[in-house]
Amino acid sequence: MCLAIPARIIELNGDKAVVDAMGNRFKAKTTLLPEAKLGDLVLIHAGFAISLVDEEEAKKTWQLISEINEFMDTQNRVSG
Amino acid sequence: MLDRINKAQDIINAACKTLGRQINIMEVCGTHTVSIFRSGIRSILPVNLKLLSGPGCPVCVTDQGYIDAVLRLADRDDCIIATYGDMIRVPGKDGSLETKQVKANIKIVLSSEDALQLAKDNPGKTVVFVAVGFETTAPATAVVVKEAAAGSVDNFCILSGHKLVIPAMRALLSEKNHNINAFLCPGHVSAIIGYGAFAEIVEDFGRPCVVAGFEPVQIIEGLCEICRQLSAGKAELKSIYSAVVTEKGNIAAQQIVNECFEPADGYWRGLGKIQKSTLKLKDKYGQFDAFRRFDISEEPSEEIKGCRCGEVLCGLIEPTECGLFGRDCTPQEPVGPCMVSSEGVCSAWFKYGRKKRR
Amino acid sequence: MKKTGNDRILLAHGGGGQLMDDLIRQHILPSLKNDALAELGDSAKLNLASNSLCFTTDSYVVKPLFFNGGDIGKLAVCGTVNDLAVAGSRPVALALSLIIEDGFEIELLDKILANIGETARQIGVDIVTGDTKTVEAGAADRIFINTAGIGVRLTGVDLGFKKIAVGDKIMINGTIGDHGMTIISQREEIKFQSQLKSDCASLAGLIRELLENTSGIKFMRDPTRGGLAATLNEIARSTALSVEIRETDIPVRPEVQAAADMLGFDVLTIANEGKFVAVVSPESADDCLSICRNNKLGKEANIIGEIVETLDVPLVEIETRIGGKRIVQMPYGRELPRIC
Repeated sequence: MCLAIPARIIELNGDKAVVDAMGNRFKAKTTLLPEAKLGDLVLIHAGFAISLVDEEEAKKTWQLISEINEFMDTQNRVSG
Repeated sequence: MLDRINKAQDIINAACKTLGRQINIMEVCGTHTVSIFRSGIRSILPVNLKLLSGPGCPVCVTDQGYIDAVLRLADRDDCIIATYGDMIRVPGKDGSLETKQVKANIKIVLSSEDALQLAKDNPGKTVVFVAVGFETTAPATAVVVKEAAAGSVDNFCILSGHKLVIPAMRALLSEKNHNINAFLCPGHVSAIIGYGAFAEIVEDFGRPCVVAGFEPVQIIEGLCEICRQLSAGKAELKSIYSAVVTEKGNIAAQQIVNECFEPADGYWRGLGKIQKSTLKLKDKYGQFDAFRRFDISEEPSEEIKGCRCGEVLCGLIEPTECGLFGRDCTPQEPVGPCMVSSEGVCSAWFKYGRKKRR
Repeated sequence: MKKTGNDRILLAHGGGGQLMDDLIRQHILPSLKNDALAELGDSAKLNLASNSLCFTTDSYVVKPLFFNGGDIGKLAVCGTVNDLAVAGSRPVALALSLIIEDGFEIELLDKILANIGETARQIGVDIVTGDTKTVEAGAADRIFINTAGIGVRLTGVDLGFKKIAVGDKIMINGTIGDHGMTIISQREEIKFQSQLKSDCASLAGLIRELLENTSGIKFMRDPTRGGLAATLNEIARSTALSVEIRETDIPVRPEVQAAADMLGFDVLTIANEGKFVAVVSPESADDCLSICRNNKLGKEANIIGEIVETLDVPLVEIETRIGGKRIVQMPYGRELPRIC
């Protein structure tokens, strides 16, 4: 029901996205999150982005994100 | 993170000491159950604070009849069953999808989109998507139903097993002896429906409701907030998962669900019938409804007499007080959700005996 | 695509006749060249340094056949060599059985054979005998490989469950979950792009160094399918003692953790192919650790826990990141992606 982790949108074509979580790239759709943009950190559940993730809050909430700067650095690897 | 955990622990300990009595906090999300289990949180909580695992695993509370219907469809040569991995081992009367997977027409998918694609790639077969999950997952199903309609993908249909959290919470609280003091509310369900949705529980039943995420720090800070409220005699609605949750939730997702689905009465394994607790496809999308297409009855299968999961879930009895425990109901052949889930109370008791540490 | 007799395996390649002879002489022998094999006898004749031996077998059915960090061939050699090494023996000879599907591309077979040959050469073990069978299309999912291995037991080394005692330390030579998550990332229904890499490697050299330079190693096992969780539960079950490990001491790569989180897997249950778990006496723990860390296959080695008294039933428990405690269950045996 609830398994979801934050990932960054690194490609976006309409509502078809590729998201990156620590170098793992998954296909996802942003149909449920029309306001999502390239570079946004989003919550992915069952192949869909269901919520935007606040970057600052993310560092306080997820252990993996707070420990690894790389997670945030994927912003630099975003492609057009 | 460790500082925050220690601080939260101190507050919990102090509050529980002040309260003195047994405090029961229920979570209603399978992911919370697993996270609580994996982080071993119970072992660092005070003795008088009990964490109850509610009927929060939509897979585990799926009625046996639903599984049996899926298995019957899997038997058909003209069908492909697309399912999330969670469902593979849940048992019906005559086995599970796993024991059935001798047939190659059962496919595990990560997303409803994969199921729709299967239908597009296999025009000669009917793809039945085993659509389970709570409010977090229903929007994903609604999206593909709409896409199927728009693209006339007529060989696609869904067997909706989607369930709603709040009616289940209300049903539990309406039982006479439930003894639930507060709820730790599911973070990702809230991302969709908004934390404001839980206001009715606070207002109608006077129970603190705190929305938390699934990291151990989130859970423990959520419990801390609940204990703070209880010891101050308060019952409030609060969300500590601001990274992701807002009061109103994801409106686009809510709209798409409302467009495709309507609430209907449903049967929960171990709990029986709960009013308006499941999602049924609206007539407008009736052609994608596998219940209608294959004329499947929505009546539950005969409940095995003696299953006391409802009482176990609420912490009213120990697993050993259920007559089926260890006899007709084992991890290999589970009857109710408490045994189906490998983190369920009964499953854990069976494997490890009476253990306070979990 | 036109199927010519030249670029794909035919059933006749397993028929014991000319085609099979060609396959062996033109494709198999050149990759695995050694004298024992070149005799092509029904059995290989071996002269071993002692008659105190270890003997093992394993079959390899991994899909995909080629993955980041290795392939089915490298796996078939390393897996069996590692089983000999953790038993305290020096790997000496392998048997190689191939079951190949009609229609399998010979070019891929050549690649696999080359990897088998290269891996065996690097380790210093010979493939001395083998067998080739072909089956109809669909009957073997492209190719299955079995290897059996013989090792000569190292003098003075006696490893086993019965040597394990309360207080012994548990060591692992590096990060967990790498191999399994890499394979999972290539599974048809899950496929995702990643930087994940299998840790497939021969541990024979490192383990020999440990056994020859320390005297406190009681038991070793490689945590393959079922992962660390299965191995530790096997130890608890066989010794009737209990195990306590600490989550913060278990090395895990962040990308492996993230991938596991995304799919709902528990890294403790994910397969490893370049790792071993060692149960060592408390006095020897520091030495074992430093030998490992000076080796490229043990840079992230760590002591992750110890053997403790059993209170009730033999259990494996983990102290979690937040200081909680929970039981590590024996995994079911099949990892399924979750959404719940």
